[in-house]
Amino acid sequence: MSYEFLFASAIGVLVAGGIFLALRARTFQVVMGLTLISYAVNLFLFASGRLVLNRPPIWDKTVSEYTDPLPQALVLTAIVITFGMTAFVVILALRSFLETGSDHVDGDRVPCDAQDGLADGEGAEP
Amino acid sequence: MSLADHLPILPVAIPALAAPFALLVMRRRRALAVGIGFAACLAELAVAVLLMERVSGGTILAYALGDWPAPFGIVLVADRLAALMLVLTAVLALIVLTHAVVTRADRKGWHFHALFQFQLMGLNGAFLTGDLFNLFVFFEVLLIASYGLMLHGQGPARLKAGVQYVVVNLVGSALFLIALGMLYALTGTLNMADMGLAVRDVAPEDQGLLRIAALLLASVFALKAAVVPLHLWLPRTYAAATPAVAALFAIMTKVGVYSLIRVVPQVFGEGAGAAAWGPAPWLLPAALVSACVGFAGVFTARSLAEQAAYAIIGSTGTLLIAVAGWSGASLGAGLYYLVHSTLAGAALFLVADVAARRRGSFGDTASPGPAFGGRGTVALLFMAAAIATTGLPPLSGFIGKLLILQSVAALPNWGWAWGVILGTTFIGVIGFARAGSAVFWKTGEDCPAPPAPGTRLDLVAPALALACLAMLSVGAGIATSYADAAAAQVLEPAASAAAVLTEGPR
Repeated sequence: MSYEFLFASAIGVLVAGGIFLALRARTFQVVMGLTLISYAVNLFLFASGRLVLNRPPIWDKTVSEYTDPLPQALVLTAIVITFGMTAFVVILALRSFLETGSDHVDGDRVPCDAQDGLADGEGAEP
Repeated sequence: MSLADHLPILPVAIPALAAPFALLVMRRRRALAVGIGFAACLAELAVAVLLMERVSGGTILAYALGDWPAPFGIVLVADRLAALMLVLTAVLALIVLTHAVVTRADRKGWHFHALFQFQLMGLNGAFLTGDLFNLFVFFEVLLIASYGLMLHGQGPARLKAGVQYVVVNLVGSALFLIALGMLYALTGTLNMADMGLAVRDVAPEDQGLLRIAALLLASVFALKAAVVPLHLWLPRTYAAATPAVAALFAIMTKVGVYSLIRVVPQVFGEGAGAAAWGPAPWLLPAALVSACVGFAGVFTARSLAEQAAYAIIGSTGTLLIAVAGWSGASLGAGLYYLVHSTLAGAALFLVADVAARRRGSFGDTASPGPAFGGRGTVALLFMAAAIATTGLPPLSGFIGKLLILQSVAALPNWGWAWGVILGTTFIGVIGFARAGSAVFWKTGEDCPAPPAPGTRLDLVAPALALACLAMLSVGAGIATSYADAAAAQVLEPAASAAAVLTEGPR
């Protein structure tokens, strides 16, 4: 199995898991899904400079072949932005749950299912 | 380099400097923060007008950040279209800031003025940048500020809508990055002008990937523009946001439209192989459905703010019908309508707020309520905003729609475009008439009149927006000739590439 195949299937698995979770009804699962998607996107961006092994990204006297440094800079920017956004959406989801008593993304108040261990509307009071 | 050469960076630098200062002084000296906000907005307007004056002759100003030459460094590009959007942003910002200060909406949180300036920084940057990744960064800047502004004032309804808004835009950002990664892998550049040249050399076996990247990028811009079927996030978000903020957001959908106008001709134009005009065939059907869905929403909306939100979707659809023609005439008509629809949408949100402030507990629901004081004046403002939005004479909406109808008549699918534009205008007129008569004409039974508002100053901002629309119709000759020139410049990417890539094509 080639390196590229492993890399590509890893991205594929991350995206598949991310989409599955992002389509769930509860905010925590959606946030996890978005995080998985953002990991996949970062790996994808990294690979856009081609996968090159053991090559420096910056100028060196002794080598003649380099890896593309730009995708690494792009990934760095993307990581910073997604990290901040994930932190923000976690806090926002928490505030929304505390104020509305529901952690469903569509905001509907539904009777909690047994696995929650929460009675209906128990989270309404902060 | 003289100071005047640094003009293109100022629309980004001024709000970036003003925002932290507003943040610092907000707690102790609120009046100073308001002053900083107004001073920054006025300075942005002055810079935007200066820029417009300099580029109106057809020159394209390229500003290399850090003096790194394109395509290696990031460039800001100021041309007619960018200058037009900058002036529009600055005018809208002044109107919205006036309303926020007069109605004391800026006092509901500590960070309004700082977030407002960061929002303007993101908008101005997105309109100026000539680099695709930089466009992504400025999109994020304006989105992050918009999350804060959208939640300004808080409350359960806003938080609920806010979660959805943030999640949708995070997915949009992920798709944007995927499209950028594919384009970089295929062309080896992120500079728009350079990419427009590099797409010609993409290998035949990679043409499929190029086409996917083009469509993915167009989908992201369509999500920002709230084109059907990617519009579902908009009505709830805009109706829940503080009205002054929602009025500023009227330009956010136009950022998506602007990006389409900027990127498609420049990068996916004639020479782009399989991706040449790739997103174009999808745009017209989506635009037609958007116009129908938007104005159907105007007809069924339960509150004035919700109605304004649907009107934004409908007018963006109408605008995209013109853009989807990709001819100089239709794009010029579209740009004129873009300016008009942004101001008209903002005016609707502001009038909805003015009515809601006077109706006490009835808010802006479109049902008969109390006979509040000053009903006649507010009704007049609402009628003018509705006339502008639906496109009846004498305001600029009529001229805009007329120009669009005229320009698309030369295109293949003109029957559909005419049918939809005229039909949605009719539905919109009925929808606004129904809501207006319920709010301003009928009086509910047993509704004690709420206490009269202490100030009539809150009528100023909507009146200002409507005055801008009146000026746009009076000066339609100048405005349309500028819009036509801007459209011609956008459809001529070679000239832009020559100005940006001073070293010449690779």
